[in-house]
Order: sequence, then structure tokens, then C-alpha cells
Amino acid sequence: MTVTLSANEAADAPEENRAARYAGLTAEGWFRILAPTLIGVLALVGWEAVVRINEIPPYLLPGPLEVWRALIREWPSLSVSLLVTLQITFAALFVAATLGLLLSVLFAQSRIIEMSLFPYAVILQVTPVVAIAPLIIIWVDDIRLALLICAWIVAFFPILSNTTLGLNSADQNLTDLFRLYRASRWQVLRRLRLPTAMPYFLAGLRISGGLALIGAIVAEFVAGTGGRASGLAYRILEAGYQLQIPKMFAALVLVSLTGIAIFLAMSLISHLALRHWHESALKDRR
Amino acid sequence: MVPATVASLEGVTKRYANGTLAVRGVDLAVQRGDFVSLLGPSGCGKSTVLRMMAGLIAPSSGRIEVAGGGETGDIGFVFQEPTLMPWSSALKNVMLPLRLAGMARAEAERRARAALDSVGLAGFEGSYPRALSGGMKMRVSIARALVTKPRLLLMDEPFAALDEITRHKLNNDLLKLWEAERFTAVFVTHSVFESVYLSRRIVVMAARPGRVVEDLAVDAPYPRGESFRTSAEYAAHCRDISQALDRAMGT
Ligand SMILES: Nc1ncnc2c1ncn2[C@@H]1O[C@H](COP(=O)(O)OP(=O)(O)O)[C@@H](O)[C@H]1O
Ligand SMILES: [Mg+2]
Repeated sequence: MTVTLSANEAADAPEENRAARYAGLTAEGWFRILAPTLIGVLALVGWEAVVRINEIPPYLLPGPLEVWRALIREWPSLSVSLLVTLQITFAALFVAATLGLLLSVLFAQSRIIEMSLFPYAVILQVTPVVAIAPLIIIWVDDIRLALLICAWIVAFFPILSNTTLGLNSADQNLTDLFRLYRASRWQVLRRLRLPTAMPYFLAGLRISGGLALIGAIVAEFVAGTGGRASGLAYRILEAGYQLQIPKMFAALVLVSLTGIAIFLAMSLISHLALRHWHESALKDRR
Repeated sequence: MVPATVASLEGVTKRYANGTLAVRGVDLAVQRGDFVSLLGPSGCGKSTVLRMMAGLIAPSSGRIEVAGGGETGDIGFVFQEPTLMPWSSALKNVMLPLRLAGMARAEAERRARAALDSVGLAGFEGSYPRALSGGMKMRVSIARALVTKPRLLLMDEPFAALDEITRHKLNNDLLKLWEAERFTAVFVTHSVFESVYLSRRIVVMAARPGRVVEDLAVDAPYPRGESFRTSAEYAAHCRDISQALDRAMGT
């Protein structure tokens, strides 16, 4: 028997992107990096120029070079704080991802569990973290644990709701196919529902990464106003009290860089996990 | 060969939960090794009948018996869409039914490779669905349905979304597979030409409520090829079936 593929079908197959690459990136990839970088450099130069021409004193608005010098000068204390903030953020993100995934799988097992518990997850989400952070900081002795809980509360919901949605989005025909082959509940979960939920989970993770940092910073502020030392937000407060504005900017720069790094890390994880199959990973194809 | 019944429906009626009466009083017996097409306008309950045969939905009343239907893998199903897992390679997609049945990975992989080879997709084992054309995806879907060596292959308008050239080629290849593997085929279509080309028997259905109105034989010998497609015999059958379909839609 000779069943063969027709040229007509083969010709229809989508082609992988064959665009030329320079040092591992396509021209478009380089543009995506270089264009924002150029804008950033121009903005910094303009900022420095404005500060110098108008002779603005550093305690009002330091120029980028002054901020850079403050960053170097204060690095010993800033780096310790950076580490604290990073630890809290990533611990909160990890716990949020794990618990969010586990809970959404639990929700996916039964509508009753989902309907009974989901409203509480929503309440947790809509309560502003600044409002409950003081309580948590009073109740929990260990300041890091208290901050972690605050950051977790903020980061948890997107992962839970996204993954729950994903687990319930399995293709109807594929679900029928699994039923035809008498797949067990566990097989359906592992081979159909979890893979379907993967892009949803990763999208949640990307949102939660940023939120975990925001949650940690907010909680640090609350703790800091109560006089308890912690991460970068505490340094910002401290520098503010002491009118060390360049140091304040330096801490702020570190917070922003941390946020960018988290976003890039989550995007990379997402890309690596989905590059074979999901439409979102097809961006750079034609 | 003594004809043995592979699937039989007696007085089968299906009313969906929302009250839609999808089919009423369907009697149908499918003989072993036959190639039967269910032909009819949209909404006449073709998919409903097929899904009841597969055991995916239960009839509201009447009896359905599918020989060997108690075993997994005894029925293969091909949907209108390829219905592949986008996160898995072609090979892994074809391995799925075997893995679900608990077969060891190595053996499942060996059989899945053979199945992909049999549908003309040797060399595409590692390809992900998004890198395949519509016709190739449908071939993977067919390979997956055949990998368990089912006695009964149910197909629900599998080629409806394909271009004409690909569709002809897949019709030919499906017939080759059918002749080689001797499964029983029930093929849902709304194309008169496709049903005449493929089948030995055409069951014409009418809508509102869905029911069987005519049952016609296409007694041309197999293997059928391009010469059959251009023969006067083929044209005559197409005319007969078209008229039957017109009657079904008129009543
Ligand atoms: N799950 C369902 N719930 C309610 N009505 C349905 C469902 N599936 C199909 N129907 C209805 O049953 C009738 C037959 O549908 P179907 O078997 O899909 O027809 P066909 O495949 O011939 O187009 C149609 O009127 C359709 O709207
Ligand atoms: Mg249908």
C-alpha cells in the first residue's frame, strides 16, 4: 500500500521563520532592544542637561550622574536591602504560583468547591494591601514573614483565576476524545487540562511577578513608617527623612530595575515553555 | 464473508437537554467491513447519530449495540477539525490512545510511528501541529484513530474544511487504508460526490426531526480511482443520490 503526502499539502504547511539572524537575533529583535535603549539614553542625557543648565540643586532633583554616584556610594546598604526585597518578592511569587496552581486544580475537580471558595479569593484580592498590612505586621512577629504574606496576597489572585479559567478551557472535541478512550480523571488532568491551562498560568505568573514586587514594596513602606527596617522601600523612606535625595533616586532605580528584570524573566520562562506550540510564541513568525 | 453486524441502532431517538429533538426513530445496521456514508443537510442529526454510536452521548430511547464497544480502542473517531493537542508532536498525538490505555511508551511509539507512516507522514513525527498544513493535520488525526486498530472507524465530515485537491487525495488515501486494514467505516458528509466516491452504502437523512429516509447501495467495485470518478456509472450514482437528497429536503 502506498499512501503518500501530496505536494499540495506539503506546500500548504506553515514555514518556520527564516529571517536572517545577527548574533542570535533577527533584525526586528535587535530593533526591539535598541530602539527603547536609544530613547532611554536620550532621556538621561536630556535630564542631565536640564539639571546642569538650570543648576537645580541635588536635594530637589539630582541628575543621573549624581544618582549613579549615590548608587555606588550607598551600595553596601542598598545591596543588603535589595537582597531583602528580592527574597520577599520571589518567595511570595513562588508561594503564590504553587498555592494558586494547587487551589485551581482543586477548584477544577468540583464546581461546589470552586463556588464556595472563589468569593473569598476575590475578597482577598479586592482588599487593598495597605489597609491590611499594618494588621499583619502587628500579628506576625517575623517582619520578613509578614512582608511575604502581604506580597503573596497581592500576587496570588491572577494566578488562581487565570489557571482556573485555563483548566476549564479544554477543547470540547479533545475532551470527547479522552472520553472515547476512557481516560481517567487523572489522565484528563495531566494530559489535557493542565497543558491547556499552561499559557493561562504563565500569563498569570507574568502579572503576578510585578504585583509581588509592588506588594512587597507597599508592605515595606507600611513597616518602615512603623520604624521597622527591611528592604528597598525602607531605604527610600529613610533617605527621604534624611533629605538624601540622590540616594532616594538610587533606591528607586533599583526597584524599577528589579521590576523590569522580573518581567523579562517571566517573559523568558513563558517563551521557553510555549515556543513549540502556542500562538503567543509565534509573534516573530510571518 | 458472512456479514456480521458491527453496529446496530433500533428505534433510536435523541432529545437534547434543551428540548431539541435531534433524531427520531433511527434504525440502522452496519455490516462488518462496510463503508457507509451518512448524507444529509446540516442539522439532520448526522453528528448526533455518530456520537451515539461512539458512546459519547446516550440515546433518549431505543437500543444501540456496537460489537466489541466495551473495549477501549475498538472505535476510532475522526472529528471535522483535526483536534490535535497543540502542545504535542505528531508522534505524541498519535501515541495518545495507546498511552491512555496504559501501553508502555516504547511499544506505543513503535505503533504510532507505523501509523504515521501508513498515512504518508513518515518524517513528520517530531513536527508540532502548528507546523503542519490542514491536510497533514487531518492525516495525523486519522493515524491517531487507526493506531488502536479499531473495528469501527467513525468520521464526522473529516475533509469538509480542506481544499478540493487535498480532499480528493485524502479520499483516495482513506480508501487505500480501508482496503488494507479492513475496518468498518461510517462516514458523515454533506457532499454527494464524496459519499458516492467512497461508500458502498449511502444512508440519506432528513431534518426536523432527524431521521433516515433512504438507504442506497453504490455497487461499483473497489479499488476505485480517478477512472471511477470520471465514469458514467459514477455520474449516474451522483444523480440518483442527489435526487434522493432533494426528496429528503423536500419532505
Ligand atoms: N448538544 C446539543 N444540545 C442541543 N441541541 C443540539 C446539540 N447538538 C446538536 N443539537 C441540535 O440537534 C440537531 C442535530 O444536530 P447535529 O447532529 O449536529 O446535525 P448534523 O451533524 O447533521 O449537522 C440540530 O438541530 C442541532 O442544533
Ligand atoms: Mg455535524
